This record gives sequence, C-alpha cells and structure tokens, in this order.
Amino acid sequence: MHGHVSYEDFILQVAGFLTTYYLFIAAMNGLAAFYLWQSGRAKELFRLPGSGLAVTTVHVWLLVAGVFTILSAYATNGGAAALTLPQAVRDFADARMGPVVYTVGLLLLLSVLYLGRNFFVKPTVAWAGLNLSLLLMGISMTDMDFASIVMKPDNVPIVAMIYLLGFFTWLSASKAVQNDARTARGEVPLEKLDDEKVLVWPDLVYTELICMIALMAILFVWAILLQAPLEEPASTVKTPNPSKAPWYFLGLQEMLVYYDPWMAGVVLPGVVVGGLMAIPFIDFNKQGNGYYTINERKFAYCTFQFGFLVLWVTLIVMGTFLRGPNWNFFGFYETWDAHKVEALNNVDLSQYFWVDLLHTGRPKAADDAPMIVKIGYILLRESVGIMLLLFYFGGGPPAMVIYSKFFRKMFLRMGFVRYMVLSNLILLMALLPIKMLARWTVDMKYFVSIPEYFLNF
Amino acid sequence: MPPLDEIIRGSQIWKSVFRHPAPIDRRNRVVVMLTNFFLHLHPVSIKKQGISLSYTWCMGGVTFFLFLVETVTGVLLMFYYRPTLEWAYNDMLALRDVASLGILREIHRWAAHAMVITVWLHMYRVFLTGSYKPPREFNWVIGVILLLLTLLLSFTGYLLPWDQLAIWAITVGSNMARAHPFLGHEGPGSALLTLDGIDMITNASDARFGLLGARFVGEETLNRFYVLHCVAIPLAAALLMAIHFWRVRKDGGISGPL
Ligand code: HEM
Repeated sequence: MHGHVSYEDFILQVAGFLTTYYLFIAAMNGLAAFYLWQSGRAKELFRLPGSGLAVTTVHVWLLVAGVFTILSAYATNGGAAALTLPQAVRDFADARMGPVVYTVGLLLLLSVLYLGRNFFVKPTVAWAGLNLSLLLMGISMTDMDFASIVMKPDNVPIVAMIYLLGFFTWLSASKAVQNDARTARGEVPLEKLDDEKVLVWPDLVYTELICMIALMAILFVWAILLQAPLEEPASTVKTPNPSKAPWYFLGLQEMLVYYDPWMAGVVLPGVVVGGLMAIPFIDFNKQGNGYYTINERKFAYCTFQFGFLVLWVTLIVMGTFLRGPNWNFFGFYETWDAHKVEALNNVDLSQYFWVDLLHTGRPKAADDAPMIVKIGYILLRESVGIMLLLFYFGGGPPAMVIYSKFFRKMFLRMGFVRYMVLSNLILLMALLPIKMLARWTVDMKYFVSIPEYFLNF
Repeated sequence: MPPLDEIIRGSQIWKSVFRHPAPIDRRNRVVVMLTNFFLHLHPVSIKKQGISLSYTWCMGGVTFFLFLVETVTGVLLMFYYRPTLEWAYNDMLALRDVASLGILREIHRWAAHAMVITVWLHMYRVFLTGSYKPPREFNWVIGVILLLLTLLLSFTGYLLPWDQLAIWAITVGSNMARAHPFLGHEGPGSALLTLDGIDMITNASDARFGLLGARFVGEETLNRFYVLHCVAIPLAAALLMAIHFWRVRKDGGISGPL
C-alpha cells in the first residue's frame, strides 16, 4: 500500500501532522491548567522540601503542556523520525501480539479498570491516562505500517470512536462512583438535585442550536481535511485481499474465524438484536432508573459491558486494525504481507473422539446406503458434540439455579419464562468466548461438524 | 422611524407566520413552544437534569441531527448520481473533480459514519442510566430497530460508489445471507426443502438472491440498494423516529430518579 513512498518522504508528511497534533495536546493541557487555576479546583500533590512551596495539578499540567510544545517544535524541525518507539520494542510488541494476547489483555485491562474504578475515575488519573494514550498514538504515527492503517480514511472514524467511548465510559463511571458513594452515605443521587423545572425556550432550544452549529463546523472541517475514499472501479474478477465488510460489521466478520457464516452472520447477530430488545423485560431490578450507578446494578452493568465493550467493540477494532491479507493477524507495527502463512491445524471434536481417543476411525455409512442410514451414521459420528450441546443448553439453566445462589435468587424473583430467556441469552453470548478458548487451547475446529448439510458448529 | 426589527415584527406578513411577540418574557416563551410546529416536539418546561449534557450526552439529538444532514446532502447527491453500472462510478469521479461544493460526498460519508457511532453512544447512555426500565421498555425496543435501520442505511449506501471497496464489502456482507439456516442455499437445513426431488432453495432463490436481486453483486443489486438506501429505509426510519420522540414525551419525558 505504501510501497512507493520512501521512509524519508513519509516522515516529512507525518512531521507536519505531528506538529499540529502535539501542539493541540499542549493547548489542551494548558487549558486544563488554566481551568483548574481559575476554578480553584487544583489539588495539592506535595510540598517542595525546604521552601514548603505547594506543587499542585496546575503545575503538573503546565509542565506537560511545555513538554508537548517542545515535542511539537522538535517534530517540525526534522526530529519527527526520532520521536518513535525503538524498533526492538515494536518488534517485540508485534511478536507477542496475537488474537489471544489482544483479547485476553483487553479483558484484563477492562477488569482492572472496573475493579479499581474508585481510583481510575479521578480526573487527575483519567487525564494522565488520556495524555499517555495520545503520546503513544503520536509516537506510533512515525511507524509506516501503523500510520497507513490508522490514516485510512474509513478508519479515522474508528479511532475517534475509541476515544469517544473512552471518554463517555469515564464520564458515566465517574458519575456512578459519586452516586454510589452518596447512596452509601444515605444521600440522594446527583441527578435528583437538578429537580427544578426550567423553560425549554431558552434553556434547551439554545443548547440545541449551539450543538447543531458546533456539529456542522466539525463536519465541515472533517470533510475538508479528509477526502472520502474512492478506489478503482468495481471489478468482479479482481478480489482485493483482504476483503472486508464495512467497519461496523467487522466484529461479525471476526466471528467467522470461530464460527461458520450461518452462526456468525445470521444466528449470533439475531441473538444480539433479540437480546437487546429483551433487556427491559428481563431486567427486573427497579433500582438505577434515571441516574448513573454501578453498585445498584452490578450484574446488568457487567453483562452489558462484556457484550458491548469486550465482544462488540474489541472485535471491531481487531477486525479493522489487526486483520490483514487472508484475515491473518498482524501486530500494530507489522507490514501487511500477503504471503504470511499461518499454520491451521484445527481438529474436529469427532476426530478427537473417534480417532485419537478410541482409535477406530470415524463411523461412515456405505456410499450406496439409503438416506436415512446415512443420517443415522452422521448422528452417530457427531454424537459427542451433539450431546455436549444438548447438555449445555438443557443442563445449563437448571445447573445455574442449583449451583449458584445468585441465579437461584434470580430464578425465584423472575419466574420461569424470564429466567429461561435470560439464562439462554447468557449461554448464547458465552458461545463465542467458549469457542475462542477451545480454539486457542486445543485447536478445536467444530464441536459438531456435518458438512453434508452445511451444519458446522 | 421605529427600528427596523419592529417594522418587520409589526408587518402583516411576519404576524401571519409568528402569531405572538418575540419570546423574551415568560408568557411568550411558553407560547412559542406551543404554537411553533417544530418546537412543539418539546414540552414547555423540563426538569433541569433532563437537559444536562453530562446526563444525556445529547446523543439522541445528535443522531437525529446527523440524520437530517444525511437527508439534505443525500437529496443533493441524488441530483448528481445515477445508479447504473455505466454511470455510478463516473458520477463519483465527477462529484469529486467537477461538481461545485466538492465536499458534498465527504459530508455525507463522514456524517454516516458518525451517525453509526452516535447511535451506539446513545444506546450506551440509555443503558447506563437504566432508562429502558418501566415505563420506557417499548421505546427501547423501537430504539433497537432504529439502530438496525441505521446500520442498514449505512450498509446499503456503501455500495453506491461502485468501486472496489464498495462491491467487495457488500459481497462479504451479503455472503452471510447465503448461509441463512433453511433460507440460504449453503445454510444448514436448506437441503431438506425439496419438492419432488427438486431443490427449492438454490442460489437463484435463496435469501442472498432476495437481497441482491441476482446471484452476485451486480446491476440489479445496485438498483435494489439504491432504492432501499434513498427511499425505503429512510422512510421507515423517519416513521420510527417520530414514534420514538413521541414516546419519549408520553413516557414522562427524559428519565430521572424518582
Ligand atoms: C436513529 C436512531 C435514534 C435517534 C434519532 C434517537 C433519538 C432520541 C432522542 C432525541 C431522545 C431524547 C433523549 C436523548 O437525546 O438522549 C431519545 C431517547 C431515548 N432513546 Fe433514542 N434514538 C435513536 C436510537 C435509539 C436506540 C438505538 C435506543 C436503544 C437501544 C434508543 C432508546 C431510547 C430511550 C429508551 C430513550 C428515552 C431515554 C430517557 O428517557 O432517558 N434510542 N432518543
């Protein structure tokens, strides 16, 4: 994709971008310092020994603003190439990165953020995290492979989405933490304090007007800076490699690694839509209606975040940035090489059972046997997987009630029908991570493999 | 002579449109909300937290605004675009190189991407504030359908430039329909649907064929997606949005702690 651009030319292009970029971050920090100083919200961090002068967050963000200003000036004056991650670090990161590390790593990261939310929602901590991530983005932009993927016109919105999601997750968690602390003290949630009524004209109408103007301005700037992609004219004979669906469906395309199209493209998306629609009818918890809270609805919060942030968003990001030719996995700084070969030695459950365990070979009907006999043999061949599946869906819901106090309470409060809907939705959602784990640990290809009828599971 | 704005406001023409004085006092601020067609979507007064940006993130409103931007730029684009194999791609080139207002296509495309993102963020906020709980269950369900329609709008529009990006993305996406259980010719169970030994579900009669209007992405598909994108889905979405907004008010306005 960038084969014809030399690294020197590339750096020259990037330098201009980085100058503005670092200057923007510097301005951001300067504004933050100014705001803290003016509003008197600065926090004292420590006192200088001797003079006893207080060092506050104002000083810290001013210092950060200074550092970014220097980086910006440095990038303009031909230093952009030096503002980079050492090649060894990049190679190390690429070598270690894979679907497993990426997915499990993000899950762990989000879990840590969740468990330590009282700490991470503090404005100082969150702001530091934002600065760090922006710096990492900046120095990664000097890598040609990284830049060529991130700067693809259709991918820019996804980078924006990641930051927007980060911001709003922080905002909501921060309000939830405050509200939960207030509830613990016996106070009402923050939202309750704004109970008084105001007139829609001017209070809401003007807000809307300002929002519209700001949005229009953003759209114009965005449209001027970034041209809509237009590739070569359509050709039904030249298949691009990789061929990717539109970005918002890349989570589904990523699922194709683990499931056949009928599951990844039809059944599981259907479950997502149906599951979303079912939420109001299976969440019987009356608390947490109309204000941000986590403690009052931990189960709902965690389940939704697992589905949305971990499964939906994470897989889209992976499908967009980390899947290259032949849908192979590529690290953030790795060149998309169409000749990269990944050994696929996935094995069906029936193979494990009949061949590896029983050493008999898989049962097979004679070629001229009647249809019904053939089907019988297929069912026999796949009996282990089918039984496993029946056990999973048939045994799962009651087992949850019997062995988990939490689900037992739920069952008693929800009644049979709602409980069955909830437990089956959870079991269906868990199918994807289960298949992923099975693939990563024992190279599981299909639990039930009936290619004769396109029924591979 | 009285100031110009008084002359305008006092004229018969102005008064025929706006039937009351400027909304600068309390009475007229109430009246404007009741007599203006566009504003009557809103209530007259509202709880302070219902309009707090940090509560609603304004994401539903932003999504709606982006939908309007898409409608306006989309109509303008339709002046320039012909959905045929002969013209579609060339019209794209002309839009880029010849047409004045050369960022029309850009605004349309980026606003479409943005709309997908804001609709997710809106759903995220509605979930996090528990606003789907009674009495707002039904509006959440309408919302999920709107989310689906937003994705389909974006998906059908993706094909129209008729470049490599477009047809292969739609090919990859619509190949899923081929595997639809029973209804796709490579889906589980479809082999069972036979009549006197003749397969009923073939590559010329299955779900993908219905979507594409052909066995592969071609001229019929372009036409089909064009109609879906410019007429059918926007109409459905507009209708559902009207219901969605109406329900927000009927369900007691923006949610809040009891
Ligand atoms: C095209 C898509 C959509 C548009 C234009 C839209 C627009 C809006 C607007 C303007 C509001 C008023 C409050 C606010 O701005 O937050 C609202 C509220 C609401 N929306 Fe949507 N929405 C859309 C999609 C969705 C989706 C995907 C969901 C959920 C899955 C949803 C569920 C709701 C609910 C439950 C409310 C009431 C919230 C409350 O009372 O706090 N909407 N919507």
